[in-house]
Amino acid sequence: MEDFSVLTGGKAGFGIDQATLILGRLLNQSGYRIYVYRDYPSVIRGGHTFSIIRAAQTKIAAHRDKIDVLLALDRETIDLHQTRLKDGALVIYDSETVKDLVLPGRIETLDLPIGRMVKEEKGFEVMRNTCMIGAFAKAVGVTREVLERVVKENFPKEVDLNLKIALRGFDAAPAVKKIAPPPSEPLPLISGNQAVGLGLIKGGLQDYVAYPMTPTTPLLHFLAEQADHYSLKVIHPESEIGVILMAMGFAYAGEKAAVGTSGGGFCMMAESLSLSGMSEVPVVIVLGQRPGPSTGLPTYSAQTDLHFALNAGQGEFVRLVVAPGDLEEAYFWSAQALGLAWKYQVPAIILTDKNLNECIGNFELPQDGEMEVSAPSLWDGKGPYRRYANTETGVSPLAFVPRRDAVIKVNSYEHDESGITTEEGEMAAKMQDKRLRKGRYLLEELNRFPTVNRFGDDSRTTALLCWGSNKGVCVEAAQKLGLSVVQPVVLSPFPDDAFRRALAGVTKLIAVENNATGQLAHLIKAFGIDVDEMILKYDGRPFALDELETRVKETIG
Amino acid sequence: MSRTNLGTDAPNTWCPGCGNFSILNGIKTVLNELKDETCPLEDIVIVAGIGCHAKIADYVDVNSFYAIHGRTVPVAEGIKIARPGLKVICFAGDGDAYGEGLEHLIFAAKRNIDITMVIHNNRSYSLTAFQYSPTSPSGFKGRSTPQGSIEAPINPLELMLASRATFLGRGTSQGLPLLMRLFREAILHKGFALVDVLQVCVTFNNLYEYYAKRVYELQDHDAKNPMAALMKIREWDYNSDAQIALGVFYQKQEATFEERFKPSRVDEQERDHKIKQFLNDSL
Repeated sequence: MEDFSVLTGGKAGFGIDQATLILGRLLNQSGYRIYVYRDYPSVIRGGHTFSIIRAAQTKIAAHRDKIDVLLALDRETIDLHQTRLKDGALVIYDSETVKDLVLPGRIETLDLPIGRMVKEEKGFEVMRNTCMIGAFAKAVGVTREVLERVVKENFPKEVDLNLKIALRGFDAAPAVKKIAPPPSEPLPLISGNQAVGLGLIKGGLQDYVAYPMTPTTPLLHFLAEQADHYSLKVIHPESEIGVILMAMGFAYAGEKAAVGTSGGGFCMMAESLSLSGMSEVPVVIVLGQRPGPSTGLPTYSAQTDLHFALNAGQGEFVRLVVAPGDLEEAYFWSAQALGLAWKYQVPAIILTDKNLNECIGNFELPQDGEMEVSAPSLWDGKGPYRRYANTETGVSPLAFVPRRDAVIKVNSYEHDESGITTEEGEMAAKMQDKRLRKGRYLLEELNRFPTVNRFGDDSRTTALLCWGSNKGVCVEAAQKLGLSVVQPVVLSPFPDDAFRRALAGVTKLIAVENNATGQLAHLIKAFGIDVDEMILKYDGRPFALDELETRVKETIG
Repeated sequence: MSRTNLGTDAPNTWCPGCGNFSILNGIKTVLNELKDETCPLEDIVIVAGIGCHAKIADYVDVNSFYAIHGRTVPVAEGIKIARPGLKVICFAGDGDAYGEGLEHLIFAAKRNIDITMVIHNNRSYSLTAFQYSPTSPSGFKGRSTPQGSIEAPINPLELMLASRATFLGRGTSQGLPLLMRLFREAILHKGFALVDVLQVCVTFNNLYEYYAKRVYELQDHDAKNPMAALMKIREWDYNSDAQIALGVFYQKQEATFEERFKPSRVDEQERDHKIKQFLNDSL
């Protein structure tokens, strides 16, 4: 099997997350490249949770709808996903819970009395998954040695018992399919939230403040777990209003802080986003999108907050908005966003979505030298300190409390260079010019980064236009269909020139977005560029590769 | 440059006779005293909300974060956690701290974070040209309640006691010596301290005479006893006519929030190494 997908599912509480990670690692260590799509409802117990683990020979960042192997610990998993089964697909199920199963002849089945085997080994109910993992390993050709290693490395508790049960499943199953020759050494397998977290750490993060909200809750958990390790202060205060202001308190005192939320929490942060713009106290916001309006589909994915991110907050002020498209970009831009927010003393938004935050995939660190993070401009200690000194670039050198030689005053009111309130017209206009000037220099500095990506042969005249997590699926579909892909990563300040360069030779532009209105298409229209077609999906689910291919074919005729 | 008077060039725009002048003069005097004892001026940070009170950020020549309405507390918490050696003093109004920003106040008290709240409680919204506030009495005829407010006020000290604040005091803008003593003790108290200042707004809600007739200083009060504190706090509910006690109602020593964070610094190289290690463990 060169490119195949495994679906594992069950009720929330079955341990599907743990099983997903282990299945991914089994295949990762067998030499495949991995991408995992996770789908779960907003419940603690019950409901139906599933993951699609796709394994391929080259690096991927998209899942397929059709599956090759289905792992079912209950009947519901088979009933819900039967239509996804390809011809020749294999269904492994627990014959203790799934009785009288009738599937079309094109489907292979492997029934094992998993519940009974676990009981015989004196395991717990949740260990049915461990037994299933062992059976899966044998059935698809993962070696016993890889299974043993991965199980040992991934169970924090009851390692011996889990290993015994996994091997019991392994020994009970026949070998049905064969692993394709491995392409290369395994790469780290991490989630989008981990990539963002590691990127922030790389960028010099000292404090992370968040109120739990899907899809960035796992980022809060990850950084809280890692806090001692990286010397972070991680705090969960009373509300998103408290969150962002606390982060700005940290920044005023000279500590690099970030916050994480989703649309609803970001609504509550809007007044302080504007405060950051006026006071020039930097803050970095990880904004993981999910479908709205309002509570919407809280555990699903969308790209519906682009214009909200671009426009939230009263008044006119510079902000950096970046929308990374995969794990490497999530790492890179999280680090850079922190550096740039501090260098230009502006708010920065890392605009992600549930699909990117909660996916799991292979990740490679950038090569040495590719990752220079901007440093802030610090006061040299000469002359009287003026927090808002009016410089050529608009960037005023920073000083932090406590300093014997400086009084550091920041202000939400319009203010003079020393930070004292003013309502005088000339001063107000001068200071607004100063703040906006930073945007020009920020845009100039962004030239040293890949702000807009173009993929595919330059001679292709039809291009898919995408942003954020649609990168992976668009690049792969375009490759197959002979198209280009244009993907702006920086969305504010908009890299107009780089965007036009990326469009060179394109005569037909098709926007692919997870929203109902084409938000990126609207944005580029403001820069005088029209898309020809839009492929939109807004049911909370990201595009699967096969699905996007079909829709692109329909669109280009 | 001498900073003894602690003034700035900002023109003062408070109304003549405003109770805020007492708070301004009181805090300047206390900061000057503390400067000569334990706490240099650079270790002071003022955080202000929005309202007449907040102009104090412009009028005192020390570090300041002039924030937004209702939001002094989380800013102050961030500063304090980052730099525990600083004295962080919030100046907030009654609409500001007891209204729009109340959630922050309750949680800061609950955490016992070592910040000082000075509430300019004039019991009306004044900068917005006179409406009722969370501590206005029922029947208060502000411009948003011309028939009289139909809500009773909250008793902020009672609320703060229930929220685990570890220092609670009350003063008035006409009693400067007591006010300065309260500021001083609140700032030096290790933990969450709140001083409710019955600050008179001469333009919209002139309660000088009302307070003059009713206030008295607490005598023989056991501030360590929460029940005694509660009794005294409940003596006047900010609504009905009663004697109004001033002084320290409650004080308790307890672990503070910010001291739980260990100051340590992992350098860049160590971070890079740890990131690589994490990735190697994620195969």
